[in-house]
Amino acid sequence: MLSFNSSNIVSKTKTISRRMFLISSFKAVVLIGIFGRLASLQINNSSKYRSLADKNRFRETKIAPPRGIIEDFFGNEIASNNKIYQLHIIPDSTPDVDELFFRLKNIIDLSPRKIFLLKKKISKKKSWDTTIISDNLTWGEFSKVNLFLHELQGVQPTVSIARFYADNSSSHAIGYVSEISPNDLRTKTYLQNLNIEGVAIGKTGLESSLDEQMLGSPGYLRYEVNAYGKKVKKVATDAGLKGKTFRTTLDQNIQILSTEALQDVSGAICVMDIYNGDIISMVSSPNFNPNSFVHGVKNNEWKELTENIDKPMLNKAVSGLYPPGSTIKTLTALSALENDIVSPKLIVHCKGYIDLHGERYHCWKKKGHGSVSMRTALKKSCDVYFYEVSRKLGIDRLSVTAKKFGLGKKVLQNYDEEKAGVVPNTRWKKRELGKNWYLGETLHSGIGQGYFLTTPLQLSLMTAQIANGGFKIEPRILVEDNDKVGDLQKYLNHKSTTPGNVMSLTDQIYNFNLQPLFRNQENINLVKDAMFAATNEVGGTSYRSRHKEKKFRFAGKTGSSQIKRFTEKQREAEIKQKDITYLERDHAWFVAFAPVQDPQYAISVLVEHGGSGSSAAAPIAKKIIKRVIERHEIRIAQKKKLSGKNI
Amino acid sequence: MLYTRSSFHSSFDIRNKLFDLDFTLFFSILLLGVISIFAQYSSSGGQFDYYSKSHAIRFLVFFIFFLTISFVNIRFWNDYSVLIFIILILLLVAVKFFGVQSQGSRRWINLFVFNLQPSELMKIGIILFLSNYYHKISSGDVNKLRYLFYPSIALLVPFMLVLTQPDLGTAILILISGVVITWLSGVKWRIFAYLSGLCIILAPIGISFLKPYQKSRILTFLNPDSDPLGAGYQIIQSKIAIGSGGMFGKGFLNGSQAYLNFLPEKHTDFIFTLYSEEFGFMGSAFMVFLYFLITFRITRIGNYTRSIFGKLYCYGFATAFFIYVAVNMSMVLGLLPIVGAPLPILSYGGSSMLAMMFGLGIVMSCNVYKNSTVG
Repeated sequence: MLSFNSSNIVSKTKTISRRMFLISSFKAVVLIGIFGRLASLQINNSSKYRSLADKNRFRETKIAPPRGIIEDFFGNEIASNNKIYQLHIIPDSTPDVDELFFRLKNIIDLSPRKIFLLKKKISKKKSWDTTIISDNLTWGEFSKVNLFLHELQGVQPTVSIARFYADNSSSHAIGYVSEISPNDLRTKTYLQNLNIEGVAIGKTGLESSLDEQMLGSPGYLRYEVNAYGKKVKKVATDAGLKGKTFRTTLDQNIQILSTEALQDVSGAICVMDIYNGDIISMVSSPNFNPNSFVHGVKNNEWKELTENIDKPMLNKAVSGLYPPGSTIKTLTALSALENDIVSPKLIVHCKGYIDLHGERYHCWKKKGHGSVSMRTALKKSCDVYFYEVSRKLGIDRLSVTAKKFGLGKKVLQNYDEEKAGVVPNTRWKKRELGKNWYLGETLHSGIGQGYFLTTPLQLSLMTAQIANGGFKIEPRILVEDNDKVGDLQKYLNHKSTTPGNVMSLTDQIYNFNLQPLFRNQENINLVKDAMFAATNEVGGTSYRSRHKEKKFRFAGKTGSSQIKRFTEKQREAEIKQKDITYLERDHAWFVAFAPVQDPQYAISVLVEHGGSGSSAAAPIAKKIIKRVIERHEIRIAQKKKLSGKNI
Repeated sequence: MLYTRSSFHSSFDIRNKLFDLDFTLFFSILLLGVISIFAQYSSSGGQFDYYSKSHAIRFLVFFIFFLTISFVNIRFWNDYSVLIFIILILLLVAVKFFGVQSQGSRRWINLFVFNLQPSELMKIGIILFLSNYYHKISSGDVNKLRYLFYPSIALLVPFMLVLTQPDLGTAILILISGVVITWLSGVKWRIFAYLSGLCIILAPIGISFLKPYQKSRILTFLNPDSDPLGAGYQIIQSKIAIGSGGMFGKGFLNGSQAYLNFLPEKHTDFIFTLYSEEFGFMGSAFMVFLYFLITFRITRIGNYTRSIFGKLYCYGFATAFFIYVAVNMSMVLGLLPIVGAPLPILSYGGSSMLAMMFGLGIVMSCNVYKNSTVG
């Protein structure tokens, strides 16, 4: 062992040291590499990795924000939020989901189909996500679940809030909410952050058009979770922001009355403030229960609603299109006067029909009205008189007046489902149907039949603009936050505060920035007077429905829109409307304004297949007008309150 | 031999020898051990549970063991290195037959007190054996084919035994340690070049012997994002943990990645990740520095040791130690595939700790007996 000489050791040591130096150099390089990598991860990219770590760490559960409320003009909640009892499940904390459902089946109402759908829903989600098993338990079910909670691991009884509608009267005006559909997610971009279990969105009416503002912004519960997704602790909560509350111009009281008035018929009612365009009532009948949709409408209920011939889901007030019938005669007369086509003193002899160009046009009264002036013709709704007037007037001039008074275009911006209707003229026919206009069509249009199509809301606007002296108003259903006083309202206020100071029409228009729809206001007054006669003078079409008490007196015009024209044979046999089948009966119209001495409100009533306006629609209007006028003082007081001292 | 034997047992001599300890190395190891106890404590979620407790006990026991070995004359280790090597080979063979199986591999022998992993000890055994071998042969014989035979066998036998456990990581580390000693001893570049060439030719055959999980680890390393929830998960989560630590870290016991279990194997291979998440770049850099300091001191002891055995052992161990650290850190930093290599002293694991303290003890003994001549 001692045989090694020192030179051997020296040479070995030299080799070893030289090679160790190389290794040490290599180590230095590796060391720098590791330092560099550390610096790159922890200094250069640290924010990136920190956010990744937070993404690992935090799991957020969004909370549905409370939906904004819809109130009527007086602050009554038409669409509110109600406390509801829900049952949630977190699959993560459930030992056996199948067994859980088996137990729940005995406690709450769960059909096998519902269980199947729920299991499918659960399987699609992360195991720590909450799924709603039942979103509207009765108090009985809820307390039963709480009683058996110890054997229902993973189930969370939760008190939540959901949309609630106090009654069905505004089901069309307000609309309804329901759960988000895949189609909603595609088309409504604002739902991006709101696809939360339990959020219902507006589907029709104001619920739909105000949806984005009423939804609010969602809150969240932020949890720290471990690698297996188990919640470790709650880190932060945010209740979210409640959606905006809206005040409408509707009067809940009138809504309920209107609904009652239309209880047994199919139709619509609109009541409007003639000075500022506030829609005081807008109902459509038959209606539906909007609460049925909040938690998902039941199949049989939906079937019933969609198969009903009276179309309960249709908002007839804005989407129902009907020929205006004789109510258009107010505009036919006005148009003829404004265009100096005829004098109001024009006398036409009605013998029950008129022959023109080889064709016979009938008056509704077979015996005829005899010799009638314009006032009498409007009062008695003589068709022959207006055949003569419209023959002279022509369709194009009539259509200009009709459009001016609000027909043929949408009245409100708040309803996607609103229809514009049709105001025909020669150009329209050429464009839409590719045919030339016939004179006979002018005659039919002059009495509101033929191509004319209007909604009840349009006719109430038309009536309102006649009643207020012929000024343009902007109808509205929502009260602004800082409610402005309309120009016409300002003039009205001025007039009431300074009774002695009579202002000339030009000054009125100039000072209050009014938009007159007339050339000569006398013509408007003449039409108003004729409408007064139609309701309040013997022989008028709605005389039977008049109010005898001065305070409630109104002036109105009846109308009936033909579904099917009478054959000569039926006419000879004097067939009455009530004798023909329901679906072939005429729609009954009545438009009116009240009170006559100081007009404030306009109303339109439509009764589908009601026969004649005087028998079906006018009595309904009578009832509602009374209530509207009774509530006039309260409304004025509320108006003052809302707009501060401006009024 | 007699004159040194007598001094070995003198208590006076031991007290003198106490000052021959390399105190920088001594305190570096002690500091590392203390840090490791804190890291294990944090890894257990801030409590003294089974892991953190047994780690602390092991460190204390093995640190005393380390000190004891330090005062055993270097000559003793030279004399018994062949025997130690043979015992370790026998243990590795025994593992094949009586080994405890866990997660598809057979690596441990049940010693009732704890499960011993002989492959960890073999990391030291191979260095001891080869240092002894090249100490014995003359410099002229190093490159003779006849003298290359023994080291090759001594290297391949444990390598194959460990590889087939299977434990690719440890097998490679054993191989590298052996190759380093051989190379340090003066074996010509040419021979290594030939062998490397041979390896490249044989590599495809070798790869066909790899277990599917080993193949997937290599593939995952090449593109960790390809399967973020599968094999790449460990690398991604480790990088997130380290990166999110930032400059100063999230604070002791505040590492969210570790605490919330996003971090895999946080007691063992990924302990540096946990440490790095909690103490940031500053802490990590200090840790890297500490390991480098230890490597540097070991190399320095080698420089001052007179015997070839001591020199080869210190250099070999310093290099192996450095490689363990570099491989583990590169692995958790996403620079190398996950091969299952613990971080010396910091990682949980009795055999690894025993091997490191044993190895360091011999280094310290080289320092204490640096002037001893070895047979």
